[in-house]
Amino acid sequence: MFKILEKQMLNPVIAKMVIEAPRVAKAALPGQFLIVRDGEKGERIPLTISDSDPANGTVTVVIQLIGASTHRMVEDYNVGDCYADVVGPLGNPSDFVNMSPEELGAQRYVFIAGGLGTAPVYPQAKWLHDRGVAVDVIIGARTKDLLIYTEELGGACDNLYLCTDDGSVGFRGVGTAKLEQLVNEEGRKYTRCVAIGPMIMMKFAALTCGKLGIPVVVSMNSLMVDGTGMCGACRVSVGGETKFSCVDGPEFDGSLVDWDEAMRRSRQYKPEETAAMEKK
Amino acid sequence: MANKIPRVPVREQDPKVRAHNFEEVSYGYNKEEAMLEASRCLHCKKPLCVTGCPVNIRIPDFIEQVAGGDFDAAAAVIAMDSSLPAVCGRVCPQETQCEGKCILGVKGEPVAIGKLERFVADWQHGDQNTGAAPDGFSACSGAPIAAPNGHKVAVIGSGPAGLACASDLAKWGYQVHIFEALHKAGGVLAYGIPEFRLPKDKVLQKEIDAVKALGVTIETDVIVGRTVNIDELFDKEGYEAVFVGTGAGLPRFMGIPGENLSGVFSANEFLTRNNLMKAFRDDYMTPIHAGRKACVVGGGNVAMDAARTALRLGADTTIVYRRSEAELPARQEEVHHAKEEGIHFELLTNPVEILGDENGWVRGMKCIRMELGEPDASGRRSPVPVPGSEFIVECDTVIMSLGTSPNPLIAKTTPGLERTRKGGLVADESGATTREGIFAGGDAVTGAATVILAMGAGRKAASAIDAYIKGK
Repeated sequence: MFKILEKQMLNPVIAKMVIEAPRVAKAALPGQFLIVRDGEKGERIPLTISDSDPANGTVTVVIQLIGASTHRMVEDYNVGDCYADVVGPLGNPSDFVNMSPEELGAQRYVFIAGGLGTAPVYPQAKWLHDRGVAVDVIIGARTKDLLIYTEELGGACDNLYLCTDDGSVGFRGVGTAKLEQLVNEEGRKYTRCVAIGPMIMMKFAALTCGKLGIPVVVSMNSLMVDGTGMCGACRVSVGGETKFSCVDGPEFDGSLVDWDEAMRRSRQYKPEETAAMEKK
Repeated sequence: MANKIPRVPVREQDPKVRAHNFEEVSYGYNKEEAMLEASRCLHCKKPLCVTGCPVNIRIPDFIEQVAGGDFDAAAAVIAMDSSLPAVCGRVCPQETQCEGKCILGVKGEPVAIGKLERFVADWQHGDQNTGAAPDGFSACSGAPIAAPNGHKVAVIGSGPAGLACASDLAKWGYQVHIFEALHKAGGVLAYGIPEFRLPKDKVLQKEIDAVKALGVTIETDVIVGRTVNIDELFDKEGYEAVFVGTGAGLPRFMGIPGENLSGVFSANEFLTRNNLMKAFRDDYMTPIHAGRKACVVGGGNVAMDAARTALRLGADTTIVYRRSEAELPARQEEVHHAKEEGIHFELLTNPVEILGDENGWVRGMKCIRMELGEPDASGRRSPVPVPGSEFIVECDTVIMSLGTSPNPLIAKTTPGLERTRKGGLVADESGATTREGIFAGGDAVTGAATVILAMGAGRKAASAIDAYIKGK
C-alpha cells in the first residue's frame, strides 16, 4: 500500500499527488514513469514522474481527470489514503543522464510543455539546470488558470516563457509559435528540444523543430498494461520500426514517430472508456 | 482385473453453457470417482509414468493411497516432489508426459493421473466439490519445516519456478523473499492462464498462500532491474543468493503490414487484461476489446486460451494456424474443448497482411493457404505458402499468439549475467548462471515451456542454492 501524503488541485482538471513509495523514489531518474493502480478493481495507469525525494521516500505525480479511472483516483483518494500499487520507475531515463560533462556543457536545451506534460518537464529541467546546462522552458495552456508548475519551473531554468491561447498571460499563441519567435526573431540557438504534452502538441513540436533544424525528443504517453514489455499495447512506429514505449522509450526522436498511428492507437479503448464514464 | 474398468470420465460444464461464462470447465473427480479411477493403476514394477514426469512424482505410490481412500497420505507423497499439484493437475500436458507413458495407454486408455493429482490437491485445499474438510492442510506445506538457518535468499518472479524454488528453500530454513513485478503473485498462472482452466481464488491463491505459510514473503510492485537491481540485493539488502525466475514475458509479432492497426493485440495483452485485471467482470475498471469477429493467430495453448476468452466475451472466434491439426502445439484437451465450445479453425493458413478501415481499425486479414513441405530443424514439416491462394478473412479483432521470449531487463542490468542467442539466461543443469550466487530456471532460461518444467527447474536451483550457501 502506498500512502498519499499531499494532494493539491493544480487547476480544475489536474491534481498533484505526493505518494510514499521509497523504492521508486530512490531509483527514479528524469524521464521515467511509474504505474499506479488505485485499488483492487482499478486500472493500471501510467504516469510520468514529476518529482522524487529519495531522502523522504516520496514521488510526485500529476493526474489529469480524463476517464472514469483517473476521476476515481483523484476524487476518491485524499491525504492519508493509500493507493494499492505504485510500481516503477519504468522506462529509460532521459538520454542526458548518461552524457559526459563535456557533452552536457555543449548543450542548450529548450523544453516545450503542454498540459499535464508540464509536470514531468520539471525534473528534467531541474536536473540540467542544477548542472549548469543552459535551459529554456516554454509552457503553454488555453488560458492562464490552466498553467501548472510555473513556480517550480521558474526556479529550474534560465528563461521561462508562458504561452496562452487567449493571451491572458505571456505570449498569445501556442508553444511552438513561441519557439519559432525565439529562434527566428531573437536569434536563440538550441542544440536540443524536448517536447512533452498531448500527442497533437508533440507532433507539431516535432514538425516545428524539423523546420528549425533542432533535434527533438518526445515522451510517448501510450496505452499500456504492465509497463515491462509484456503486453505490447504501447507499440509505436519510430523510423518505420515497431518499438515499445515502456521498455524502448518512453522518449524517442520526435522526427521519426508515426504520429497519426500513435494518436489513433491511443484512442483504441475510447468506446469502452466512454461507456465507463457514462456508468459513473 | 483392474484394467477392465474403463477410464472414469471427468464431469465438465456443458460446452454451450460454458461458452458464456468463466467458470472452470472441468469439475474434477469426486471421492468415489477418484478411488475408482485410482483402482485402474497396475502398479508396474518399473513405473514408466514416473520417468515421464519432469519432476518424477511417485505416481503409483500416491495413486495407491487414493485407491485406499487416504487422500492426506496421497498428498504427502505428491508433496515430496511437487509444490503446485492443484495447478499441475490442471495444466500439465499429461498426454505427452506421465499418461503418455502409462502401460494401460498402449491398448486402451491410460490412468487419468492428472485428474487424480488435481483431486488430491483440491481435497487438501478443502474444495467443496470434492467434499473435503474445509480446514485441510495444504499439500504444499505437507513437508516439515526446518528451523531458521539465518540465510537470506531473494527470488525474482512469483511464477511456478519462483514459487517452487522459494518453498523448498523455506522448508530448509532459509529466509526467502520473492520480488514480483506485477501487482499480484503467480506470474503466468495469474496473468496468462484463464480462470476457466485455473481458477484464481479457489486454486491459485491457495497454492500461493501455502507458500506464504512456509514463511516466504512476497513483495509485489518491484521490477528488479528498474526498482532495484541484483547488485543492490546482494550489497545493500543482504541476500546471499538470488534465483531468477522471470519467465518469458515478451510477446512476438509477425512483422506483417497492418500489425499496428487498432484492434490488433498480443495474446499477452488480451489475456492479462482479462485474467490479471479481470476485464470480464463488470465491477472491474479494465477495458477489453474482443469485437464481433476475432481471429487468433497461432496454435499453442496460449492461442486456445485467447480464443476461448474472446468467445466468452462474445466474439465469433477463429484460430488461424499455419500447419495442420496434427502439428497444433496446444494440448489435445484444450483443442477438444475449444472445438466443443464453437471455436472455428482455419488450418494450413497464414496471415500475410492485416487490413484496416478508414479509421485505422482492423476490418480483415489477408491470408494465404499453406501446405506442408520438408521437415524443419524441429522435426515438424515446415509450412510452405501455396502460390495464388490468398483470401480475406473478415474480422474486427486480431490476437497475435506466436509465442513469447524472455525479458532481457535483468541480464541487461546485471554485469556478468550472460544470455543465449535466443535471449534466455545461460544456466547449467543445476540452474547456476554465469555469475556467482545467481541462479535461474524456468522460461527465463529455456524460453516458453511448461509449468511443470519451470517448477522442476525452480526446485533444482533450490538444491543448488542450498549447496552454494552451505559451501561458502
